[in-house]
Amino acid sequence: MTNELKDHAELAEIFNKDEERVDWHDETLWWIRAKRDKSVHQIPEWEALRETASQIKNNVLSNLDKYLVQFEANAKANGIIIHWAADGKEHNKIVHDILTQHGVNRMVKSKSMLTEELHLNEYLMENGIDVIDSDLGERIVQLAKEPPSHIVLPCIHKKKEEIGELFHQYLGTPAGNADPQFLTETARHHLRETFLTRKVALTGVNFAIAETGEFVVCTNEGNADMGAHLADVHIASMGFEKIIPERKHLGVFLRLLTRSATGQPITTYSSHFSKPREGEEMHIIIVDNGRSVQLGREEFRNSLKCIRCGACMNTCPVYRRSGGHSYHNAISGPIGAILAPNLDMEKYADLPFASTLCGSCSNVCPVKIDIHDQLYKWRQVIVKNGYATTAKKAGMQVMTFTLSNPAVYHTGGKIGRWVMKHAPFAVNNKLNPWYKHRDMPTPPKESFGEWYAKNRKG
Amino acid sequence: MTVGLLIPCYVDQFYPNAAIACLELLEKLGVTVVYPKNQTCCGQPMANSGFEHLTHGCDELFVKNFAEFDYIVAPSGSCVLHIRDHLHDEANPEKAAHISSRIYEFTSFLTDVLKVQSLPAKFPHKVGVHQSCHGQRGLHLSSMSELVAPEFSKPGSLLKMVEGIEIVHLGRTDECCGFGGTFCVVEEAVSSKMGKDRVADHLEHGAEYITGVDMSCLMHMEGILRREGSKVKVLHIAEILNGVR
Repeated sequence: MTNELKDHAELAEIFNKDEERVDWHDETLWWIRAKRDKSVHQIPEWEALRETASQIKNNVLSNLDKYLVQFEANAKANGIIIHWAADGKEHNKIVHDILTQHGVNRMVKSKSMLTEELHLNEYLMENGIDVIDSDLGERIVQLAKEPPSHIVLPCIHKKKEEIGELFHQYLGTPAGNADPQFLTETARHHLRETFLTRKVALTGVNFAIAETGEFVVCTNEGNADMGAHLADVHIASMGFEKIIPERKHLGVFLRLLTRSATGQPITTYSSHFSKPREGEEMHIIIVDNGRSVQLGREEFRNSLKCIRCGACMNTCPVYRRSGGHSYHNAISGPIGAILAPNLDMEKYADLPFASTLCGSCSNVCPVKIDIHDQLYKWRQVIVKNGYATTAKKAGMQVMTFTLSNPAVYHTGGKIGRWVMKHAPFAVNNKLNPWYKHRDMPTPPKESFGEWYAKNRKG
Repeated sequence: MTVGLLIPCYVDQFYPNAAIACLELLEKLGVTVVYPKNQTCCGQPMANSGFEHLTHGCDELFVKNFAEFDYIVAPSGSCVLHIRDHLHDEANPEKAAHISSRIYEFTSFLTDVLKVQSLPAKFPHKVGVHQSCHGQRGLHLSSMSELVAPEFSKPGSLLKMVEGIEIVHLGRTDECCGFGGTFCVVEEAVSSKMGKDRVADHLEHGAEYITGVDMSCLMHMEGILRREGSKVKVLHIAEILNGVR
């Protein structure tokens, strides 16, 4: 993928070449943010609910060792087979082995951003396994051979006409038909055949309950259920932070999740899976993949509270105007920008800088992750680890020198204003990124400091 | 009560009228104001770019300039937030702590410390109010659209005291303008698009002036307005509250 060579600013600049599209993308996501606002304002105790969720997750993160072992024991007692995967490689191999054991080369998948993070599809394809994503949005990006651009709305960057074109190409719909109802119906029939013929289904996990060893998958389309119920083998992949202590805590998280995500009171399906049916198999793969490292980073550990609602993306004015693919990571937007540097600080050094630190993300977060503060803190860590670009570093050093030396600052300011007045071409040119779309301020005849010296005793 | 006036570096250099309005209004309200002339910058541009570890020179100078005052007031939410959260001085930690706890953004100093009830200002124009993020979400100068909480606005309550002013309603009440310090050059494309969209909201709703507590956001929007050839002007809130010169 060419995205790997470019940083967020460059990719966002490309995205911004089509301003009409940027407007459409911005308005589509803002509409979802507005739906979220409307729905949360109907809950007077909303802020208390967020605080409760945040505290439950604090408890989880501080006692993960106990909860994970408890979950494993209870799940095993229910007849579920538990696997532990340190990273993507181990996870993907476990999935492949299960498929091999059952002699199948086809699998249906639903609701799993984790497998995007672990690049499961690519791995299985290389090993001759055919994977079909059964959720409509995921299926669309899979047909387009693109990664999801949003964790809840994977094809939000695609217009319905483009989806019509894809369906025409791959599913044989008439050219030019972009009727959402028709396209959805087509996808439904196409997937029905898939569901009926697959022996193995993989789903994600929204909540894993330590107390009972069961897990909950939240979907709107019901595909996770369809896949899991029709297959002989159900594999559920979960990041180890998905644990909640008790079943009653669902009463907090289920109320928060979908209101934050789409403004719905609850997902259409909240499916509880507790044990395999007679003669069938249920597997859970518990994945680390950098999470234990993040848990050890005191300033960043609470990013693991994330329940993947996507509200921070919908509200982020930068995300809405740069598109998910500009983040060149499975998880985009503000939450992606604080999770990704933990996995590869050099590759994702640009992401914490793709923000104005406006703080809207932290305000919508249902589990109160201090996202914008963590973006600031990642900037410090990234620079200290030597991943700041040279140009930026040099500029900063000049600035620091100037601003800690009053004499240099005052002379510099005076010269600067003189230059802007008498030789504006020195700043009003292509080398000044400000000037590309914005005029420079008109330099006044004197600074406030100069005015003050004349007009007050000082 | 003696107040040390902190004037952000870009306001000092480009927007002296905002600083003068701030000084004059505080004086009219009976406050003794001193402007320490050796001040430069709060250090935020460096810190937000990941260079907080290089700001100690800036911090020491800041402490030297402002430690002696009862309060420190600045016409900026952003600089004040930075000082509150990030001012460090290893040699004088108690002085740094004094400053962090006594520094106020201009409008909240008027509402919370001086408890201003009326102002002799008149401004018969349609005005759009830009909510600067650091003042709003960082210093809680006003309620935020994301939260389920009672509505309030410290700068808004002061503007209500101005005779003849008409505040226009915006489509998006508190979206960021995209300035973001060095973000405005590092992420030029997104930054300027955010600025364009924010300005468009004010224009669509008939604003003749755009005001706010942070000159940096206003400078950004002014850059866009001028490029688009618009006659709409930006004015720091202190200029409106003091009566435009």
